[in-house]
Amino acid sequence: MNNIKKNRLKDQAFKVWGIFCTLLGLVLLSIFIGNILIDGILRIDWEFVMNLPSRHAEESGIFTALMGSIWILLLTTVIALPIGIAAAIYLEEYSKKNKLSSILEVNISNLAGVPSIIYGLLGLEVFVRILEMGASVLAGSCTLALLILPIVIVSTREAIKAVPKSIRDASFAMGASKWQTVYHQLLPASFGGILTGIILALSRAVGETAPLIVIGALAYVPFAPESPMDQFSVLPIQIFNWITRPQHGFVENAAAAIIILLLITFVMNGIAVYFRNRWQKKFK
Amino acid sequence: MSKKNKESIIESSIKRKYKLQAKDVKVWYGDFMAIKGVSMDIKANKVTAFIGPSGCGKSTFLRLFNRMNDYVDDFKMEGEINIDGKDINNKNINVELLRKQIGMVFQKPNPFPKSIFENVAYGLQIQGLKDKKFLQERVESSLKQVALWDEVKDDLNKSALALSGGQQQRLCIARTLAVEPSIILMDEPTSALDPISTAKIEELIYKLKDKYTIVIVTHNMQQASRISDTTAFFYLGEIIEYDKTNKIFTNPEKQQTENYITGRFG
Amino acid sequence: MRKIKELVIERALLFSALITIAVTVGIILVLSIEAVSFFSEVSIIDFLTDPEWTPLFTNKHFGILSLLSGTLLTSFIAIAFALPIGLSISIYLSEYAPKSFRRTVKPLLELLAAVPTVVYGFFALMVVTPFLQTFIPGLSSFNSLSAGIVMGIMIIPYISSLSEDALHAVPNSLREAAYGMGSTRLQNSFKVMVPAASSGIIVSIILAISRVIGETMIVAIAAGQQPRLTFDPTVPVETITAYIVQVSLGDVQHDSLEYKTIFAAGITLFIFTFLLNTLSYRIRKKFQEKYE
Repeated sequence: MNNIKKNRLKDQAFKVWGIFCTLLGLVLLSIFIGNILIDGILRIDWEFVMNLPSRHAEESGIFTALMGSIWILLLTTVIALPIGIAAAIYLEEYSKKNKLSSILEVNISNLAGVPSIIYGLLGLEVFVRILEMGASVLAGSCTLALLILPIVIVSTREAIKAVPKSIRDASFAMGASKWQTVYHQLLPASFGGILTGIILALSRAVGETAPLIVIGALAYVPFAPESPMDQFSVLPIQIFNWITRPQHGFVENAAAAIIILLLITFVMNGIAVYFRNRWQKKFK
Repeated sequence: MSKKNKESIIESSIKRKYKLQAKDVKVWYGDFMAIKGVSMDIKANKVTAFIGPSGCGKSTFLRLFNRMNDYVDDFKMEGEINIDGKDINNKNINVELLRKQIGMVFQKPNPFPKSIFENVAYGLQIQGLKDKKFLQERVESSLKQVALWDEVKDDLNKSALALSGGQQQRLCIARTLAVEPSIILMDEPTSALDPISTAKIEELIYKLKDKYTIVIVTHNMQQASRISDTTAFFYLGEIIEYDKTNKIFTNPEKQQTENYITGRFG
Repeated sequence: MRKIKELVIERALLFSALITIAVTVGIILVLSIEAVSFFSEVSIIDFLTDPEWTPLFTNKHFGILSLLSGTLLTSFIAIAFALPIGLSISIYLSEYAPKSFRRTVKPLLELLAAVPTVVYGFFALMVVTPFLQTFIPGLSSFNSLSAGIVMGIMIIPYISSLSEDALHAVPNSLREAAYGMGSTRLQNSFKVMVPAASSGIIVSIILAISRVIGETMIVAIAAGQQPRLTFDPTVPVETITAYIVQVSLGDVQHDSLEYKTIFAAGITLFIFTFLLNTLSYRIRKKFQEKYE
């Protein structure tokens, strides 16, 4: 009977260990965030948001970086959304089970796993140099659009797949063409899922640093972009820049900017989850 | 007049007499032969029922008439299917145009996740008809034909998914009627519904027969005997017997038919 | 008329799908062309065997081994941290925890993966390193240990979520058979469930490895900029990714040899992640067939 008792103890011990592990990551994250809040919350005021970066920590602000991030987000959406949705529609509704479609599938799966910095190298050669866009907002957006393209495609496909086959049957039986069925039935029905996907993809894009550094986004930009061809900076790069400065004032700035970046990221994630729940209810 | 000409004149007049025709039709799904050589002629403005045990090819055969099997991966067909005397598998046939002239009602009601109005108007909208007044009139008359108008007229913008099962199925029928097809195919339209909704729909089918040619697949023999003019008994991909409904249910020719009707198997 | 419209639409949709192939081709071409140009000036043997990487100094060495060791060391630490924790979480959630707990906790864990990496970098440098320095006195301010641990925190959900899905997919009949014979949850988990879900778990690990090898900001901020061939987690190192960032921040002439080094480093990274991703894709496909 000793053996059974030993096994039960081990079982209970693992249960405790399991709970510990589950909470460990979240506890650590809370500690980090708490730490950041302590470091940075007092630094945040309207001036911080509206100021341009400067050599003096107390006068520095995130205005140009924030504007840059907004520009990048909007332009990236404009580029990635149509291509991603079109590709997803093709793969889900038009492609047949042939060699091409399996190549497309493997390829997208592979692209999703390519490190973001490699996309930066691609963007540097193709967009900045060959297409001569320079280190502009446009080049940055094209690069990030390619980065998030697999995410948009996969989530759009999932959303379209979730529309029941009976809807397609009903539409075809009425003599609708494939495109009419996609346009009138499938896209409206999967709208919520598609929206969720794009918001999640963008919340990833807003935090991307490495590819934009590689294409030449500057760490010190004294102006907000006014056209897609302007140079730019983004919030994460501004944070990175401040972290590398030795003066303590910049650490506070970095912490404050991080709070704002986290706020943006979590709000976007929250909105995406909200839409996903609303959309899933639609089919119940 | 040569013999050949005479024969083809007779043939084409026979073709015209029958709304739907199948000639020696064989269907395969991959290696599995689902339909093993079926021929039948269906007259216009009658209700024809297909009965038989599950998996015997009734639905497959039904779907040949609006070519819905085209979407199944391993589908292969031989033989001729004619509607109004024309071979619908001919390369020159526009399949979408064909389907606009044939309505289909499915086993499980499948309204679009849109409003009641948009559901009924869909068939007209995909043909490019946009005139608001015209659409409203058509929607109203279709909903009246299926006896749904009084129940929904106060809020046509309500989601179709909020209706009950029976109402949804009547909505699906209204949807097909809105485009004024000449043929309506029904694949077990009441098997998912309660008895009261079933009765309402059977009443509807009986009324529709004046204007439409209806083919209905059903598991329910009593239903077939109630509403159809002719009945075809399918078994393992073949038609065992096809005759006036009255005859099939009171005095069938084949032993197998009688066995099925009396419930000895099925 | 309508038929033409349908055809045009289909072609346009196909074109969009083909863009994804163009991206892969673009990546391969860009990396290869610059790498080939690099290797016309630097022997590939030197590249693979020289223990020093000093392309920006006057005395230039072009051995990738030190950058590779930085990448592998930080990744190893990350996986060593995340694997036992992530796996334990997946087993706990799948075999022990009540459904409501699982439902609340799973999205919270995914939050760990949603935090921007520059923020994690800040934590590694400003919080973890000083904390560790209190009991590892020799720990330098830039080191692979802090960066590795923080990367590990980041990838916990990669391992825990996918492993948990794999465990969940194991047929309940196996679970019931084990319990029917009197095993505890622990015995069932490790002797029956984990082996049954092994391919899914392995896929999650491979994907996690691929993720940390390609990680840039955490290591660029916290691990250092000194390429060094070492296994010592307390000293500064430099990863492949951090090197590319270092060069990009500086003033390097296009078409110079220094410029091409980032592509040589990049293609090395790409080959590693490509092989890992292909491997995980193959295993995933085989795994799907198993339960169909």
